[in-house]
Amino acid sequence: MSTIAVARQRAMSILRDERFLRALGQAVFAIAVVLFVAWCLSNYRDRGSTFSFGFLREEASFDLAEGMAFSPVDPYWKAFLVGLLNTLKVAVVGIILATILGTVTGVARLSRNWLISNIAGVYIEIIRNTPVLVQLFFLYFAVILKLPSLKDRIVLPGPIFISIRGINLTWPRPTESFAYWLPFLIGAVIVAVGIYAWRVLLERRTRRPTSRLPWTFIALAVPLVGWFLVPGNPLYPNRPAVEGLRVVGGTTLSPEFLAILIGLVIYTAAFIAEVVRAGIMAVPRGQTEAARAQGFSEMQILQLIVLPQAIRIIIPPLISQYLNLTNNSSLAIAIGFLDLYAVSSTMLFQSGRVVEVFLMIMAAYLSMSLTISLIMNVVNRRLALVEQ
Amino acid sequence: MKTRSWTIVSLLVLGALLAACAAPAPPAEEAPPPPVAAARFQTILDRGKIICGINQELPYFGYLNPAGEFEGFDVDFCKAIAAAVFGDANAVEYVPLTGETRLPALQTGEIDVLLRNTTWTLTRDSVNEVDWAAINFYDGQGMMVPVDTGWATIEEMGGATVCCTTGTTTEMNLADAFRSRNLDYTPLLFEKTQDTATAYEEGRCDGHTSDKSQLAALRSAMEHPEEHIILDVTMSKEPLGPVTAHGDNKWNDAVRWVTWGMIQAEESGVSSANVNEALGSDDPTIKRLLGVEGEMGASLGIPNDFMVDVLEQVGNYGEVYERWLGPAGLNIPRGPNELWTNGGLLYAMAFR
Repeated sequence: MSTIAVARQRAMSILRDERFLRALGQAVFAIAVVLFVAWCLSNYRDRGSTFSFGFLREEASFDLAEGMAFSPVDPYWKAFLVGLLNTLKVAVVGIILATILGTVTGVARLSRNWLISNIAGVYIEIIRNTPVLVQLFFLYFAVILKLPSLKDRIVLPGPIFISIRGINLTWPRPTESFAYWLPFLIGAVIVAVGIYAWRVLLERRTRRPTSRLPWTFIALAVPLVGWFLVPGNPLYPNRPAVEGLRVVGGTTLSPEFLAILIGLVIYTAAFIAEVVRAGIMAVPRGQTEAARAQGFSEMQILQLIVLPQAIRIIIPPLISQYLNLTNNSSLAIAIGFLDLYAVSSTMLFQSGRVVEVFLMIMAAYLSMSLTISLIMNVVNRRLALVEQ
Repeated sequence: MKTRSWTIVSLLVLGALLAACAAPAPPAEEAPPPPVAAARFQTILDRGKIICGINQELPYFGYLNPAGEFEGFDVDFCKAIAAAVFGDANAVEYVPLTGETRLPALQTGEIDVLLRNTTWTLTRDSVNEVDWAAINFYDGQGMMVPVDTGWATIEEMGGATVCCTTGTTTEMNLADAFRSRNLDYTPLLFEKTQDTATAYEEGRCDGHTSDKSQLAALRSAMEHPEEHIILDVTMSKEPLGPVTAHGDNKWNDAVRWVTWGMIQAEESGVSSANVNEALGSDDPTIKRLLGVEGEMGASLGIPNDFMVDVLEQVGNYGEVYERWLGPAGLNIPRGPNELWTNGGLLYAMAFR
């Protein structure tokens, strides 16, 4: 062939080369993204605004009622941190409680007892089919705000106060001798790990199933002994007492925190219940029947045969529900709880830095969600291996 | 070999484009006035009615009454501007707005003038690119507490829980007020004014802080208004007035001088009751005010006798105040909202 023809053929063959086309597609897309970002930044420049995070060091000038100690002279980044910790508080406690409630409800829905199964059914259907914001408003304004005033508070033994200002609990607080007791606590953890390791090795050696977890509780003897050896008491009960307008002492669960926590737990648990029910129903019927034939009790069937197999199916949708709970916690702004979004939106108004603050909000929620997914996926993989 | 060379080529192209984007932008020139406001006045005149941004949830200031009409102190000023420009107080289209949407609506040209109890602050003047035409109400931030707490000043409120609405200057002023008095307090923030009011009424917090006029209006809507008292304390300056967008001075001038005209009318003693007699007055100020002499109105681009229409159809400042905020209405003492001749802050510039 002539050189021109050869060159043309080579050129054509490049265009037909899949690898080239793929690389070209990537390059075009990357260029488009870069151009878009550059255009956004140039818009920003043209309006005279600057893109900078320096404002984070400025004084906040607002106060935060919820979360760790904060004063108006603290910088914006500290406010953001307080909001983040509040959201994490709601997310972590919410996930744990929602899982427990959801699992119980899901199993109850499958019960052969008509009453239990239908109560669970009604709960699930009502909660799933109403908007979560409406549920939160209802819970806060129609339920929690109707609690008695501080003067007429409900007093439970403890003392525990329940009023419109929240739930005040007696809380253990460290005294001076706590420092002497701390080594015993650390020692207890080490002893517990040691006992667990010993039981695992014992299981491997004798090749017989040996109980591991119950034996680790022996480690509790260490801090117990330490309590008596240490002079005085390392912890004392800090009791709440009403002083004028507010309660001093103990620990307070604010009404806003209770509303968002209970509201989200109830809402997410309804979805988790259905996920659990699906997982349990996915375990082949034959397993349950064979187990019954063997004489297992219902509780044993659930614990030893059904749930371990169901969990593999339950976990992926469960991750979605956990992420839903975490992201729904941003609705807290509607009922006055100072979560990440509420604090950030105040920061946004006061500082005027819309783009920067929103980037921070998105980064925070993204990291929280990715962390939860990561942890749950590790759990998922571990359980899958155990099945082998 | 082929894949690698093409990867290198595409990366080089990418790098070249990145370098082009990173090149310094041309120096920022003086931005031309936003096209929205430049021809605003002419647009309004052509349209035949003004578009007024108002509040619809604040009784006595901007409120949608059960008959389906908008009424209130601020709404009356909308009517006055319409009467001045078009001779008809009903040549208005009302747009209800919330706290967050009010300024963007003005900036984008959705409304011509904003009369929604908006405080004149430096940041809004500069960053938000809006201009106040005048001040029609000198307000201040106040605190509402239940009567049976027995409090009369903020000093007695140590340890209190105070409700306020987020997204406003209220929470910053609250922090300043308590900090400067070295008092402990717990702020409770809600997104909407109505939620804050509900939480306060239920007893969730010991106090509710907001502009005093807002507190008075919200209290009037409570189940037992007599059980709540607004403290005689002012925590900040909140000058409220009509706002227009940057760029059209002519429109801003018109709105400004209608407002000042109403104040001047009260100062000169001209009201809706005696406007006809006042037309025959010898007082040069009244003559210029009512358009008998001079070209005041015409120079603003509106009919020369605009104040006659305003007074006949709406009234002077005092009448509007009495109608909504006097004993028949919200019953707020005039305080700083008195004429300067009576010791207040209302001072219309020279009408000549």
